Amino acid sequence: MEGLTLSDAEQKYYSDLFSYCDIESTKKVVVNGRVLELFRAAQLPNDVVLQIMELCGATRLGYFGRSQFYIALKLVAVAQSGFPLRVESINTVKDLPLPRFVASKNEQESRHAASYSSDSENQGSYSGVIPPPPGRGQVKKGSVSHDTVQPRTSADAQEPASPVVSPQQSPPTSPHTWRKHSRHPSGGNSERPLAGPGPFWSPFGEAQSGSSAGDAVWSGHSPPPPQENWVSFADTPPTSTLLTMHPASVQDQTTVRTVASATTAIEIRRQSSSYDDPWKITDEQRQYYVNQFKTIQPDLNGFIPGSAAKEFFTKSKLPILELSHIWELSDFDKDGALTLDEFCAAFHLVVARKNGYDLPEKLPESLMPKLIDLEDSADVGDQPGEVGYSGSPAEAPPSKSPSMPSLNQTWPELNQSSEDTAIVHPVPIRMTPSKIHMQEMELKRTGSDHTNPTSPLLVKPSDLLEENKINSSVKFASGNTVADGYSSSDSFTSDPEQIGSNVTRQRSHSGTSPDNTAPPPPPPRPQPSHSRSSSLDMNRTFTVTTGQQQAGVVAHPPAVPPRPQPSQAPGPAVHRPVDADGLITHTSTSPQQIPEQPNFADFSQFEVFAASNVNDEQDDEAEKHPEVLPAEKASDPASSLRVAKTDSKTEEKTAASAPANVSKGTTPLAPPPKPVRRRLKSEDELRPEVDEHTQKTGVLAAVLASQPSIPRSVGKDKKAIQASIRRNKETNTVLARLNSELQQQLKDVLEERISLEVQLEQLRPFSHL
Amino acid sequence: MAVCIAVIAKENYPLYIRSTPTENELKFHYMVHTSLDVVDEKISAMGKALVDQRELYLGLLYPTEDYKVYGYVTNSKVKFVMVVDSSNTALRDNEIRSMFRKLHNSYTDVMCNPFYNPGDRIQAFDNMVTSMMIQVC
Repeated sequence: MEGLTLSDAEQKYYSDLFSYCDIESTKKVVVNGRVLELFRAAQLPNDVVLQIMELCGATRLGYFGRSQFYIALKLVAVAQSGFPLRVESINTVKDLPLPRFVASKNEQESRHAASYSSDSENQGSYSGVIPPPPGRGQVKKGSVSHDTVQPRTSADAQEPASPVVSPQQSPPTSPHTWRKHSRHPSGGNSERPLAGPGPFWSPFGEAQSGSSAGDAVWSGHSPPPPQENWVSFADTPPTSTLLTMHPASVQDQTTVRTVASATTAIEIRRQSSSYDDPWKITDEQRQYYVNQFKTIQPDLNGFIPGSAAKEFFTKSKLPILELSHIWELSDFDKDGALTLDEFCAAFHLVVARKNGYDLPEKLPESLMPKLIDLEDSADVGDQPGEVGYSGSPAEAPPSKSPSMPSLNQTWPELNQSSEDTAIVHPVPIRMTPSKIHMQEMELKRTGSDHTNPTSPLLVKPSDLLEENKINSSVKFASGNTVADGYSSSDSFTSDPEQIGSNVTRQRSHSGTSPDNTAPPPPPPRPQPSHSRSSSLDMNRTFTVTTGQQQAGVVAHPPAVPPRPQPSQAPGPAVHRPVDADGLITHTSTSPQQIPEQPNFADFSQFEVFAASNVNDEQDDEAEKHPEVLPAEKASDPASSLRVAKTDSKTEEKTAASAPANVSKGTTPLAPPPKPVRRRLKSEDELRPEVDEHTQKTGVLAAVLASQPSIPRSVGKDKKAIQASIRRNKETNTVLARLNSELQQQLKDVLEERISLEVQLEQLRPFSHL
Repeated sequence: MAVCIAVIAKENYPLYIRSTPTENELKFHYMVHTSLDVVDEKISAMGKALVDQRELYLGLLYPTEDYKVYGYVTNSKVKFVMVVDSSNTALRDNEIRSMFRKLHNSYTDVMCNPFYNPGDRIQAFDNMVTSMMIQVC
């Protein structure tokens, strides 16, 4: 760079401009954006601007250093004077007028320019300066036209430079400024509060000697309110410079930023102004606020305590009363601390206030802190924000709550729905009788027809038998189809619906077999369906099995004692009977019984018990339970079945029936798969023997599945058995709990039903009217 | 519902006092002042042991022919006094309590403002208080 000689005025002017552009107060490098704004305001053609930039070396360097900046300014002056742009011209052209950065309109500018140029020496002739500004301001006010927007913007952008300097040079201008403000009450009007800042700035600009020209021009503006605030805000001039730099005006930034054509900028400006949101925080402003926030609180998600915020905002030299008001507006949650959003809002309000805008009564929507916990926090915040502030502060929090309740409401609804669906829950209870029905029906059917009709029943009862598990019920409820059952069993959530359906089904079933309602007394362990009893059985089975080292003794819940036998004669039939119990027992089947397990898993065993039939069939069927049967289904199932007979648990029955069905081959798919599934699930729990049983207790399986499942664990150690027993016990407790909950739900539902019926009765007479 | 609402500091000087303008405000000021004695009486009557259990809501301090005066004291001995028109028979105790609760909430919000010096006059109550008074009328 060639040496640049500047006159005093130029020096001063340039330094002002540099400070203006020096957003980051580095004093060395100027932000390109600002510089661009500045140059645009110079009203030079773009190519000239580019040329200037190139000449001064900024393009080379990529940024504007001080020297580059000065050279650029000089070149601007050169260009404006009509001289060709040359590097040499920097120093050769003498008596170059100061580069003019035009912003505004008309007379004010000319006046400014004139005054500045003439008053370059004039340090602070306030008096002389004063008159023009007001005029300017007024003129500005009147001329809120978009045409001058852009120039104004640039003017505004540039203006800050002068104001920036002003604090240093003429602190008295502050009161001056304020006075001017009062004259030009902007009151936060929605339109561009141009007028206010205008006069504000003008005094500053004029007060200065050097940066006169620019100021004159800039007075035009539609000052982004924040600009001025920056000036007086900081303690140190550099900071104030920074502040002023903070163009903060939505419009300015929108327009300035766009390197687009002037028209575009103007349009943007128009748009922004037309959007009528003077409180909007621009990105640059926001970034500035965030930086300031960081200086106080490095964690952006943290809070600024009230005391720190007080100190910070006190620096703005606003009256305490106003600061207090600002605090009230911005502390959204009334916690005495400022989050990032609140801080930005407060800062923005301070800036606005310093620029002469009156504080609003309520927090503007755009300043509303985003509520974190709500998706639509913005929407929620906006609405309640106003309300909250207008009303008692206590209502402010409620502004957040509206969204919360909405969320909360969904839960009750869900619960309601679940309740409704859960109404059906009483499955367990009903299941028992229905189970019994089922069992009996199955029993009857086992001998006769294990076709589809029964299969579902079998399935259900077996499931029911399983127990207390909702899952089981769910499974049943979910559908006669095995698939449903499985799915339901897999997830408790689906229980309600499934249970409901299950219940319905059960009801239907029960309806179909009214006479059998009389629950075949539990005594007949053999009864396949005993959710609870089955579990007990399983325990017994476990205990029994634990004691027994025999293969496959372990798990048969329905027939613990027989287990050993079944183990000896593993039969797939065992599977079935063990709904819940079966699962458990199955899982606990000793590994030794693995080979025999298939037999045990054979629910047909149980069926043999109950029905005392089909054993053979079951055995066969059990064998047919390929999926479940871990091992081959040997005769064990059959034998186990027989053994199980003694227990005659419902599960067994179901198991038997299931296998029976399977054997029938009618709906083999449905029932068998179910038990099979269960078996699989509970496998971990039960010994291999039990696996078969587990199949039946699909529901249980679900529960058990949740437990660490040892697929067909092979470990036939005592420990394994004991572990499985433990697990099964846990499962039992879980199931028991579920059962109790379901019962409670049932009671609730019944009560509701009663009340509804009462209401219905009451309303009935009106229906005739 | 209230015709006058006052916030008294611990040292028994008013932080905020506002009446419906139609009435003779001085009379209300006087009533509030005299009610302070009743408040102190109620506070001291509790005894030290009961401080923990002391209820913030003091209830009806004393009734006059035209008005009833209710009191509420915070744990920091800041008192809220509310004068209610006696003709307003529909005003239930619960409503009074809720009004005091709102007052208390507003007061805590004011306290949270770091720019507020405890002991200064409170400027921020107006909105809420207006709503209360309007209800009354």
